[in-house]
Amino acid sequence: MSHKLLQIDHEKCTGCRLCELVCAVRHHGVSNPTKSRIRVIKWEGEGVYVPMACQQCQDAPCQKACPSKAIARDEALGAVAVDYDKCIGCRTCVSVCPFGAMHFVPAERKVIKCDLCEGEPQCARFCEVHAVSYVESGDVGVGKGRAAARRLLEADRSAAELLAGR
Amino acid sequence: MPLSRKIGYVNLTTGDISVQPIPLEMRRRFLGGRGLDAYLLYNHVPQGADPLGPDNVLLISGGLLTATCASATARTHVMAKSALTGLLGSANMGGFFAPELAWAGFHHLVIKGKASKPVYLYVHDGRIEIRDASRVWGKTTTEAQAAIREELGDDEVKSLVCGPAGEKLVRFANVMTGIKNAAGRTGMGCIMGSKNLKAVAARGTMDIRIAHPVEALEHNKRFIEQITSSKVNQTQGTLGTPFIWGATNSWGGVRTRNFQYNQLEYADDVEPERIDEIATETMGPYHMTGCYACQVHCRAQYKIPSGPYKGKYDEGPEYTSQGAFAGEPDCRSAETVLVGNHLVDQYGVDNLEIGSLISWAMELYELGILTKEQTGGLDLRFGNDEALLEMIHRICRRDGWLANALADGGVAASEAIGKNSFDYLIQVKGMSNLHSDERATPGLALNIATASRGSDHLRSRPAIDLYHLPEPVLRKIYGSPVPYDGPLSSEHTEYIGKPWQVFWQENCYMAVDCLGICKYHTVFLGATHPNFEDWPTVIRLNTGLEFTPREIWDVAERANMMERLFNLREGLTRRDARKGDTLNHRYFDEPCRRGAPGVVGLKIDRERFDKMVDEFYVHKGLDADGVPKPETLARLGLDHEPSRVV
Ligand code: SF4
Ligand code: SF4
Ligand code: SF4
Repeated sequence: MSHKLLQIDHEKCTGCRLCELVCAVRHHGVSNPTKSRIRVIKWEGEGVYVPMACQQCQDAPCQKACPSKAIARDEALGAVAVDYDKCIGCRTCVSVCPFGAMHFVPAERKVIKCDLCEGEPQCARFCEVHAVSYVESGDVGVGKGRAAARRLLEADRSAAELLAGR
Repeated sequence: MPLSRKIGYVNLTTGDISVQPIPLEMRRRFLGGRGLDAYLLYNHVPQGADPLGPDNVLLISGGLLTATCASATARTHVMAKSALTGLLGSANMGGFFAPELAWAGFHHLVIKGKASKPVYLYVHDGRIEIRDASRVWGKTTTEAQAAIREELGDDEVKSLVCGPAGEKLVRFANVMTGIKNAAGRTGMGCIMGSKNLKAVAARGTMDIRIAHPVEALEHNKRFIEQITSSKVNQTQGTLGTPFIWGATNSWGGVRTRNFQYNQLEYADDVEPERIDEIATETMGPYHMTGCYACQVHCRAQYKIPSGPYKGKYDEGPEYTSQGAFAGEPDCRSAETVLVGNHLVDQYGVDNLEIGSLISWAMELYELGILTKEQTGGLDLRFGNDEALLEMIHRICRRDGWLANALADGGVAASEAIGKNSFDYLIQVKGMSNLHSDERATPGLALNIATASRGSDHLRSRPAIDLYHLPEPVLRKIYGSPVPYDGPLSSEHTEYIGKPWQVFWQENCYMAVDCLGICKYHTVFLGATHPNFEDWPTVIRLNTGLEFTPREIWDVAERANMMERLFNLREGLTRRDARKGDTLNHRYFDEPCRRGAPGVVGLKIDRERFDKMVDEFYVHKGLDADGVPKPETLARLGLDHEPSRVV
């Protein structure tokens, strides 16, 4: 079954962290980056900013590792979801997630992860530069492929121009 | 709640630290940010205090809306008695520091005394620690921030720092955060240096509860759409502020060869499009970045494309660097602008001040007022890019007689240099002008002459004057929240109505600085941008406080008067060439020699200028000497200052 997913194109990211703000406000009614499900990792001085959020993995390590079977796939949305009635707060999922996309909030003593805002992802909605967008899972990578193809084409053309100029 | 943010008092001499709430009464009177800082400055700095002594107080703050669900509220304000002018010291910057300070539980820091050895403050979840800075002292602005992150073992720590120029007590050293955000003017980095305070580091995980989160989110969405759909912000998001320099230069509003010309000719290599090209070549197509939660992203990332600094990363340059390192010294190379920008960022020094002072020295050198012996052998003529860059190094290190004199600021340097050097110094209240030339624009001339921190475009400039807006549009903007039915003119070369516009803008910018909003999101850039009428909603949704547009105006007027009171206490008098609401004589005596046909030949008319100042004083409720009338102070509730509530 096809679902929509977050597609992250970090080259476009300006590093502004608005996505973190709106994620925390939507879920907790507060501004607090440690309560955001999306986190922008930055290399200041290199101009590199990479937003990291849950990949909604097909074979989800968090789901596999959870000792109390609190994590399951929400079939309608295609999101990997935490059932807080079952979650015991052991943080196993936090340590196994390969993307650092599962977070523990000490004050609330629970883990948080991206729930795709029940189908209305706020991060994608607010990111004007489309570093985060919400696309059909089959289409993730299509845009990237196109951009890479264009770069190849341009490199080709300038190589040809260089040769012709010689 | 934003309202639960505290004031942290730190005494660096004794090590005492105390944390106090901000009474609601003070929020209603000053909102926060620059406004509350003005109150704290007047109340905590004793009259006549030595700016570099322990009695001076360094104030650091975020605005009332900082880190709420309101975009473009990332501004940090820094205030103290100025190291450069001896009057109000005040500077504002973007970046990511103020939100972190707010998540750490604070809106204001009040730093007194002087540490016996280098220290930095670490502000973390309601606590403030004074820490040893011996491993950070001596480092450049970016190295220092990295060293603090490493020492604290936390990549998310945000710091504001002074650079080597601040440590050397260069009187116009600035305070920086990130790569290029600078609280640039009036020497706030020098105050940090004088206190042996290398940095303030912040890290916070505390909630800022949004009063009406669902509505605040939707309101912010509409706000962002309004801003990002405006042409001027789109241009800014592509070319950054350099586009303003390009536009201003095209009609003749950019000073060149210190103040000899009002336009840089053959400027192709420093035009915004060229700088954009370099950013694209070195950082790729997506090279714009910005401040916390802002969707304008007005700042380019670049690497220096050629020369001895090839490959060095930096951000900007802002239009001020085009002015400081191209127009004023009459240099025309993008590489020079980018290197100059990089050097001031690393040393932590005000690009406007240093560029302006070097081009002043160049004029003095060409006139024979400065000799080659005094320049330490440098051929300091206009258009000498190498000499310009060398002078940046020397001033920041206080290396040599001239550099050391200039590092004390223009007025002090004019005393050291002597002769008639002061006549050529383009300053107001001891602070150098930015790169713009206001001889053709009386409104803008009035703005720099009367701005509270000295010659300055961000305190009261009616920049939209240059758009020639039709009178009804002007009436709509300038006729509220307090009614105004006096004259207004769409002509930027006119004098009538300008005093009201400057007065209105002064209050507009103060309100924005109290709220922590970036000026590019108000009636600085665009005529229809958010304004007094719009702010009550964003304040209510985020903080729960109810304000009317008129009440916000009153706060701004009150805070501006607080700054005026401080300046008057420290010696401002209307006609003082060094401390007054005046302009360099060249504004009145030397007409524009370049630019658009309607601009060539223009200069400021002395008498009409004087009338504008009179009228401006009337709007502000000042007497003819520029001193507030007792009834004005009573109306603003300032008749019992200092009142020491906080
Ligand atoms: S909102 Fe977009 S541009 Fe800003 S940090 Fe998030 S992903 Fe990057
Ligand atoms: S989709 Fe929603 S929950 Fe997921 S990261 Fe974006 S804002 Fe947060
Ligand atoms: S417009 Fe520019 S300066 Fe203002 S908040 Fe956005 S990025 Fe910062």
